[in-house]
Amino acid sequence: MKIVVCVKQVPSTNEVRLDPETNTIIRDGKQSVINPFDTYALEEAIRIKEKIQGEVIALSMGIPAAEKILRDAVSVGADSGMLLSDRSFAGADTLATAYTLSLGVKKISEVDLILCGKMAVDGDTAQIGPELAENLKIPHITNVSEIIEINDSEIICRTITETGKRLVKTKTPVLLTVLKDINMPRLPSIDGVINSLDAPVAVENAESLGANKSYIGLSGSPTQVVKTYIPERKNESIEIKGDSETKSEKINSVIKEVI
Amino acid sequence: MSGLIIDSDACRGCGICIKSCSYEALEMKDKKAQVNENCVLCGMCIESCPFDAIKIEKEKTNGIELEDYKDIWVFIEQNDGEIEPVSYELLSKARELSKERNCSVNALLLGEDISKEADKLFAYGANKVYISEYEILKDNLEEIYVEFLDKVVLDYKPEIFLFGATNFGRSIAPRIAARVKTGLTADCTILEIDEESGLLNQTRPAFGGNLMAQIVCPEHRPQMATVRPGVMEAVKKETNTKEVINIDMPSIKEPSIKILENIIEKKAESISDAEIIVSVGRGIGSQKNLALVERLAELLGGKVGVSRPLVDVGWADQKNQIGQTGSIVAPKLLVTFGISGAIQHLAGISGAETIISINTDKDAAIFTVANYKVVGDCVEILKSMISKLEKKCEKEQVV
Ligand SMILES: Cc1cc2nc3c(=O)[nH]c(=O)nc-3n(C[C@H](O)[C@H](O)[C@H](O)COP(=O)(O)OP(=O)(O)OC[C@H]3O[C@@H](n4cnc5c(N)ncnc54)[C@H](O)[C@@H]3O)c2cc1C
Ligand SMILES: Nc1ncnc2c1ncn2[C@@H]1O[C@H](COP(=O)(O)O)[C@@H](O)[C@H]1O
Repeated sequence: MKIVVCVKQVPSTNEVRLDPETNTIIRDGKQSVINPFDTYALEEAIRIKEKIQGEVIALSMGIPAAEKILRDAVSVGADSGMLLSDRSFAGADTLATAYTLSLGVKKISEVDLILCGKMAVDGDTAQIGPELAENLKIPHITNVSEIIEINDSEIICRTITETGKRLVKTKTPVLLTVLKDINMPRLPSIDGVINSLDAPVAVENAESLGANKSYIGLSGSPTQVVKTYIPERKNESIEIKGDSETKSEKINSVIKEVI
Repeated sequence: MSGLIIDSDACRGCGICIKSCSYEALEMKDKKAQVNENCVLCGMCIESCPFDAIKIEKEKTNGIELEDYKDIWVFIEQNDGEIEPVSYELLSKARELSKERNCSVNALLLGEDISKEADKLFAYGANKVYISEYEILKDNLEEIYVEFLDKVVLDYKPEIFLFGATNFGRSIAPRIAARVKTGLTADCTILEIDEESGLLNQTRPAFGGNLMAQIVCPEHRPQMATVRPGVMEAVKKETNTKEVINIDMPSIKEPSIKILENIIEKKAESISDAEIIVSVGRGIGSQKNLALVERLAELLGGKVGVSRPLVDVGWADQKNQIGQTGSIVAPKLLVTFGISGAIQHLAGISGAETIISINTDKDAAIFTVANYKVVGDCVEILKSMISKLEKKCEKEQVV
């Protein structure tokens, strides 16, 4: 079974703070990691490979530095990586990203299963999975919490719905987005890390993918960010001061008043 | 080509944009900011520049006739024949927006034996209800619904199309957006019509809610958005036009996904209705301290709520989690211990009447919503509160 796992590089924290002096955004920890939700997709792919054999390819669209997370993916058991990187991909919204990723999947070819994380922690849209499936004209299932049975042509899995759970059966090829509950991702092994150093990571650009210029990057993105701002949270709170004893005394009396 | 443009005449080389960039995509060359290949065009630097020297330029490519698209459509989600509350919230919002667009609010109601629900949709502001009733629509299957919605977009050309950001809404809306090649804004919390352009301004939290982004879809239609449940208010207000229109099923091939079993779960006994909640987060330090929190809740006759990290490490049950991915609570009294107040957590407590927060960090975000701010160690304060309350109980018993 040929499995593609879509992984995204995200900042290692999503804290955004304002510098009180310059009034600009400071984000600590610029160091980038695999989107946490994607590590579950990756782990699941590796487990499937261990169970029924197959090949796992980690796929990402991102800046050149995103090659690192593809090597990270190899260090936990993926066979190879593919990075889609081109300045003309920049500014892509979900529609353009999904289109670009679909070109990567087509380049990999004969893919049976695509796994995505539930969502990316930065964009947090959870839209790429279904949009990618649509671009590939294959069915998708979101919110998968367990893969119960899998063989080369069929998958039975559990998904979470608005009102409960569902057990569904589907033929491959199919795209699944997975929840955190699905597994517990492993840590890289020493061999894995050594392997990852010279693992094959293909880098593709707009031309090598045969991308239609009007569907990629900013030009291919119907949505436009007009502005971004830090949400204002103004509130006048009354401070309760003193030593612990005084504080707890005062808290208790406030509580008594309220209830 | 599209790209980030820095006007070198306007740039003073102050370097603020470099600090604002999380992708290390800006650098200083000859006392002017310059962009490198790391740029993902996130636009963060544009806001940061005090001299308006940065902008994003975009090529125009799309050629659809925007005037052909009209009206605001709302996808009405049913689960087992019952309409999801978010659908009513969307209708109320749509009615508000329709005044500015001077257009009709159309509800799209799909399901099996569902037409009896149409009246409720009128009650929340629909002018027209488009109905289709087929057995195959009973189970919310993406493959079927997407064919249907594709037909609706082709035949009726909605200007705006709204979905609830439920599991199902977030599964079909992107699929349909990719099919008709338009933009979709996920999980919006604010929707407004821009006075000048008439476009739908869609505001949504990003970076875990630490940043708000306002998004438009200027040249593609429909303008699509999913909206977070519970954010907009459902307001009953009957419309005077009440038109029901039946739509036929498009030809659909056998779905490739089969449902083997459908389990409807009872809503777990939740903290949603609790009047008094004592909530606790990672600041509690260790699992044994949770006993203190339980004791305090008991003494106050309340329930225990937790932030997500405690659920993640297995110290508490998911049903006790407050927040975006947990329960939304609205107690009379909420006392929080060692909770930082991440936006996903705050999303669950905006309905609380009185909030008392205890945290060692005087700048914790939780204090921005708390009525009473207590800077201090939560374990110490818990112990002291409990001993005082216990003493009081004893005294009362003696008397
Ligand atoms: C998509 C998504 C959905 C999420 N959904 C939710 C959700 O539904 N609910 C939720 O809660 N979170 C949710 N989160 C997680 C959220 O972003 C935060 O990580 C989480 O709320 C933080 O929990 P916390 O406040 O307990 O921990 P922390 O952020 O670690 O805060 C601990 C606080 O305790 C204080 N503290 C430390 N020691 C002491 C002491 N001795 N006495 C007093 N105070 C002390 C610290 O100053 C700090 O402010 C979600 C995240 C994502 C990405
Ligand atoms: N640039 C990207 N490269 C590879 N995969 C991505 C990218 N963006 C999103 N994804 C995948 O799509 C999922 C949902 O992301 P999002 O729609 O951005 O919330 C992620 O968990 C990834 O699996």
